Amino acid sequence: MSAISASEKVDGFTRKSMRKAQKQRKSQGSSQYRTHTAPVELSPLPQLKDAPSTEQQELFTQKLQQCCMLFDFLDSVTDLKSKEIKRATLNELVDYVSTNRGVLVEPAYPEITNMICTNIFRILPPSENPDFDPEEDEPTLEAAWPHIQLVYEFLLRFLENPDFQPSIAKRYIDQKFVLQLLELFDSEDPRERDFLKTILHRIYGKFLGLRAFIRKQINNIFLRFIYETEHFNGVAELLEILGSIINGFALPLKAEHKQFLMKVLIPLHTAKGLALFHAQLAYCVVQFLEKDPTLTEPVIRGLLKFWPKTCSQKEVMFLGEIEEILDVIEPTQFKKIQEPLFKQISKCVTNPHFQVAERALYFWNNEYILSLIEENIDKILPIMFGSLYRISKEHWNPTIVALVYNVLKTLMEMNCTLFDELTDSNTRFPVVFLLSKGKMSLKC
Amino acid sequence: LRGGEVSKMAGADGDDSLYPIAVLIDELRNEDVQLRLNSIKKLSTIALALGVERTRTELLPFLTDTIYDEDEVLLALAEQLGNFTMLVGGPEYVHCLLPPLESLATVEETVVRDKAVESLRKISQEHSPVDLEVHFEPLVKRLASGDWFTSRTSACGLFSVCYPRVSSTVKAEIRQHFRTLCSDDTPMVRRAAASKLGEFAKVLELEYVKSDIISLFTALASDEQDSVRLLAVEACVSIATLLPQEDLETLVMPTLRQAAEDKSWRVRYMVADKFSELQKAVGPEITKNDLVPAFQNLLKDCEAEVRAAAANKVKEFCENLPEDNREQIIMTHILPCVKELVSDTNQHVKSALASVIMGLSTILGKDNTIEHLLPLFLAQLKDECPEVRLNIISNLDCVNEVIGIRQLSQSLLPAIVELAEDAKWRVRLAIIEYMPLLAGQLGVEFFDEKLNTLCMAWLIDHVYAIREAATCNLMKLVEKFGAEWAQNTIVPKVLGMANDPNYLHRMTTLFCINALSKACGQEITTKQMLPVVLKMSNDQVANVRFNVAKSLQKIGPILDSNALQTEVKPVLEKLASDTDMDVKYFAQEAISGKSFPITEYPPESRQHFYKIFIDVQDQLVNV
Repeated sequence: MSAISASEKVDGFTRKSMRKAQKQRKSQGSSQYRTHTAPVELSPLPQLKDAPSTEQQELFTQKLQQCCMLFDFLDSVTDLKSKEIKRATLNELVDYVSTNRGVLVEPAYPEITNMICTNIFRILPPSENPDFDPEEDEPTLEAAWPHIQLVYEFLLRFLENPDFQPSIAKRYIDQKFVLQLLELFDSEDPRERDFLKTILHRIYGKFLGLRAFIRKQINNIFLRFIYETEHFNGVAELLEILGSIINGFALPLKAEHKQFLMKVLIPLHTAKGLALFHAQLAYCVVQFLEKDPTLTEPVIRGLLKFWPKTCSQKEVMFLGEIEEILDVIEPTQFKKIQEPLFKQISKCVTNPHFQVAERALYFWNNEYILSLIEENIDKILPIMFGSLYRISKEHWNPTIVALVYNVLKTLMEMNCTLFDELTDSNTRFPVVFLLSKGKMSLKC
Repeated sequence: LRGGEVSKMAGADGDDSLYPIAVLIDELRNEDVQLRLNSIKKLSTIALALGVERTRTELLPFLTDTIYDEDEVLLALAEQLGNFTMLVGGPEYVHCLLPPLESLATVEETVVRDKAVESLRKISQEHSPVDLEVHFEPLVKRLASGDWFTSRTSACGLFSVCYPRVSSTVKAEIRQHFRTLCSDDTPMVRRAAASKLGEFAKVLELEYVKSDIISLFTALASDEQDSVRLLAVEACVSIATLLPQEDLETLVMPTLRQAAEDKSWRVRYMVADKFSELQKAVGPEITKNDLVPAFQNLLKDCEAEVRAAAANKVKEFCENLPEDNREQIIMTHILPCVKELVSDTNQHVKSALASVIMGLSTILGKDNTIEHLLPLFLAQLKDECPEVRLNIISNLDCVNEVIGIRQLSQSLLPAIVELAEDAKWRVRLAIIEYMPLLAGQLGVEFFDEKLNTLCMAWLIDHVYAIREAATCNLMKLVEKFGAEWAQNTIVPKVLGMANDPNYLHRMTTLFCINALSKACGQEITTKQMLPVVLKMSNDQVANVRFNVAKSLQKIGPILDSNALQTEVKPVLEKLASDTDMDVKYFAQEAISGKSFPITEYPPESRQHFYKIFIDVQDQLVNV
């Protein structure tokens, strides 16, 4: 029965905080659908370094085969000895492929990949917590991590070995391999996703023939995430890989890549859990725009289309991304998009949520953006004036009001005549009219 | 198409009635999404005003051109167009609606696309067979060979609606398109195709079901993505229903067996979830030979999700077993697995089982129930998880039918008594609701001895819902055992609570009197209850006082007119001049004899809740 005492209950109910605290960091086994065969006990093999060089290869293979034995880590008392032997062997194998040259002979490749596949490729189990909220809840950790970590480590060292030959490995590290690797990105365990990220990046770098396939599959994962399940734990990691992939795209960009930007990356902004991967996503978008500035207009229009309507937290993220884009925007592109963009910004500064208003007003602290605004002041000032004017009088938050005064001052200095005209059309409110005469003070 | 033009036209005719339409048309272009949305929702009004001709030549092209809009607007548009047939001039012209719907069927947003497909399916029925081939089927083909996955997924939902009504050449083309989409390289499209496989199979001729559908089914059921494979399981039900029994073994069973042992738990879960449907579709022989072992495996699956889904189906599966050796199959194959599930490590599994396990007793009969099932029920009644206990309690009646209440109560009573004090109020509530039945069957003596104290203890439960249910329970008991029993056993206890220091308990007295007076009759009400109620009119807590007013109104009809005049009326008059607004209100209501629902409070009584709050505070201070 529950360990919560009656005194901690309110009217028979447990406080939510108590329930949350009761949950411990759980770990979870892999969903291996096996035919319930108990693992055979392992017996230690001699050390590789002690074996004569003629027998090393054979021993290496034996050790790889030994490591194909899988153990149940949810049961922490069974097979302790064998688990320890396998751990030590894996350690030795990691060491062996990272320090020795000439160990990756052709017959070793199938053995190596077989060991890796057997260990890491598994169906991820259902989440212990069906309403898992990646922002709130502790992830469930992989119980078999003591072994799986070493296998990942081994895979990485294998790929990074100077003798590694993609031309041989591609027979084993093929599309099916990559597909299974990508499925693992849904793991709740952040340690696993981190390894996967590095590994997939290496594979992308070394296997030219798999590149298009990898991109397409990531594409599919994202589309499924956006339009079907809204659930995938590895979005941030995949975006991180993509960030560096985009960086390497040749110019002019292929239609496929542009389509990816417009039909996948931009709609990704609609996801509920955007906060978890927004930084990586914005990085990818900016990478694209740096490659090809003509994409700026459609990208910004896309963001405006998906602009958050009720979630202030997301709105702040969107504003952050817009600033990142404006940081690299070309003045000609800016002209194309300034009107719809500043209409949105003008809505943001009047947002009753002060963080949204504040984030929008911070644009005026950015020198480059200021120069763009100044250049186009005749277009932007009329859009912004009404909102700024109103908010200078109405916003509940004194910080926002102070910021607005500063912005009004800056805008006034950019084009005094236009400012006066706009103020005159608002003469019913003499306060700003006075301020516009250059006696603006922040004492308000 | 311009609103201004319409209003001018209207002006020329001297008809102002078109003016609102002009506004709506202008608003279709408005910058404000909400206005566009409102206008789209009135699209049928616009079309009606424009007439069929202008709707076809102007409104529809305009809508087709402005398809880039907010998804919300597009969704409304997609829905509207499904009901537009008459507005474009009837079935003869229904194909005019295809271009805008085709564009909508290709947008990214799933809900819009689905709605467009739904509308297309709807209007497909309004096409003549010729129009279907000339206009509709080419659209399906275009969608099926679209560049982006969205149009191809939409196409999947349209094959089955046009297939039955086209010529055999076109049919062949449609089958070909469907085949192509089943092996599309985008998983989204394969998923869409797999989810429509069953539906498509139903409209195909049997020979093509055997030649085409089966190979597609087999391929989808061994897709590299588990999300595709699991959809094939769903299709399996429809396909198996279509095939003659003798073909099932060769055409369907290999795939189904494979799905039941799929390495992905999601697929196995789907098999478990669809198990009853599958069982019906494949018939008794295959069930006996194949499904029984498969079901056993699912009940023992390594993933709790799968076990829970299978546990949910235990009763249905057993019920649908062929009767000739049903009992033997259950006893030797299913029951051992069920026994293990009773002590499963996962509470969802146990609770799924608890919700159906009682149903087995009707299938297995009295002796087996007592010998084999009762121990399981008892174990589940003592389960640490309240949901498991609750599920058992709420299904006690089906066991009752089989083994009789005396047997049931003897074995279950200790557990029930324990649960009556369960920490979870919903469990206590379930027990209370079961009490009148139990009491009726057990008889007065047994009840007084074992259960009466419990029933009284619930009256002072700290959860209102329990006190309320307990009150209601007393009423039902009195209806069963009679007024005399009430007078001796419960009335004194209930009236005793009128002096309780806790005002909530004092109010419970009043609630009980409300509930019991009718069943107890005039004499008890007048002689025993009324004096207590009247005395409580001096209570220091306003909530008690206005409940006195309510109670007096409630028991009024049972009292004789003498008591009403000499005793009730003066008290109500006194309450009507109470310092508290709510007390005054309810007293006046009672005097005027107006009946009002108990939950209704006078409009000015927002303070009422505040008052309760103050009372509670007072009590805390007094403690």
